[in-house]
Amino acid sequence: MRFLIIIPAFNESENLPKVAEDLKEFIKDAVVINDGSSDNTPQAAGSLGLKVLNHPYNIGVGGAVQTGLKFALLKNYSLAIQFDGDGQHRADQIKNIIEPVLAGEADLVIGSRLLAGGYEFPFLRKIGSRWFSLLLYIFGGVRLTDPTSGFRCYGRRAIEFFSRYYPEDYPEVESIIYASKAGLKIKEVPALMRQRVSGKSSIGLFQSIYYMLKVSLGVMLSSLTRIGR
Amino acid sequence: MDIVQVTSLIIGLLILSSVIFFIITGRLKERYSLLWLISALFICLLSISRKLLEYISYKLGIYYPPSLLFLAGVLFLLAINISFSVTISRLSSKVDTLAQEIALLKENRDSP
Repeated sequence: MRFLIIIPAFNESENLPKVAEDLKEFIKDAVVINDGSSDNTPQAAGSLGLKVLNHPYNIGVGGAVQTGLKFALLKNYSLAIQFDGDGQHRADQIKNIIEPVLAGEADLVIGSRLLAGGYEFPFLRKIGSRWFSLLLYIFGGVRLTDPTSGFRCYGRRAIEFFSRYYPEDYPEVESIIYASKAGLKIKEVPALMRQRVSGKSSIGLFQSIYYMLKVSLGVMLSSLTRIGR
Repeated sequence: MDIVQVTSLIIGLLILSSVIFFIITGRLKERYSLLWLISALFICLLSISRKLLEYISYKLGIYYPPSLLFLAGVLFLLAINISFSVTISRLSSKVDTLAQEIALLKENRDSP
C-alpha cells in the first residue's frame, strides 16, 4: 500500500535527522515541504534522502500541508499522512491512523495523544484544547479529544477536498470544520507522541492569545461559510 | 455659496480629478476606483446643493448640516478600507497559491 508522508517544515534542520531516522522505512514516499525556512532545512532534508518541495517564502503551515496534499494528488497517492517536522510524531503510530481509512470508516483520521494516554499537556494548553473540542462540538457536531493534533491521515476524498480548501495559518482545528461541512467522515484514534524534543514551543504568550482568538473566530465563522460551492 | 461649501467642493473635485488622472495614466484600475469616484461625486453633490445637504441632515436628525459632510467622508473611507481588506485577502490567497505552484513546478522540473 502506497502513501505519501507530508512533513511541513519551517526551520527544522536540527530536528529533521531524527525524523528521517524514524521514518526510514517510508523514506522514499516522504516529502518535506520547506515553508520558506531561513536555516538550511532544504539541504538537511536533501542530504537525509528526503524529497523537498520549497516554498519561495513563508506562507504558513496550512499552506505547507496543502502543498503536500496537492503533490499527493499530482502523484496519484490515495493516502497521505501529515507528520510534523519537529520530532513529535512517531512512525510506529502511522499504521493506527491509516487503518480507519483503509477500512473505509473515515476520510480524515486524527491521531489523538490524549486517547493514547500517558501524555500531559501543560495546564493552559489543556484548557485551550478542551475549549476547541467544545467549539468543534457546538459548531461542527464533531467530537474530538485532541483537535490541535497535527498527526493525520487523509484518504482520497480528503486529499481532493483539502487541496482546494485549506485554512492557511493555525489550520488544525478549522480544517476539521471544513471537513465536516464537506461531508467527510472524521475519526479519531489513539496515537502515542513524544513530548517536544528540541527547541521551545513555536508560540509565545502574545501569539497564544492571537492563536486562541483567531482559531475560535475561524471555527465559528467557517461553520457559517459556504465552502466548496 | 458659503466658504464651507466652496472648500468641500474643491476637496471633492480634487479627489475626483486625481482619481480620474490615475485611471487615465493607468496607475489605478477601474475596479478599485469605483468607490473613490462615488465618494468624490457624493461629496461634490452635497457641497453644491445646500438644500440637499440640509434636507438629508434634517431627515437624519443632524443639527449642523456641514457635519453631514464629515459623516459622509468618514463612511466612505470606511467602505473603501473594508474593500481594501477584501482585496488584500484575495491577493494573499493568490500569492499563497503561487508559492505552492512554484514549489510543485520546481520539484517536477528537478525530478520529473
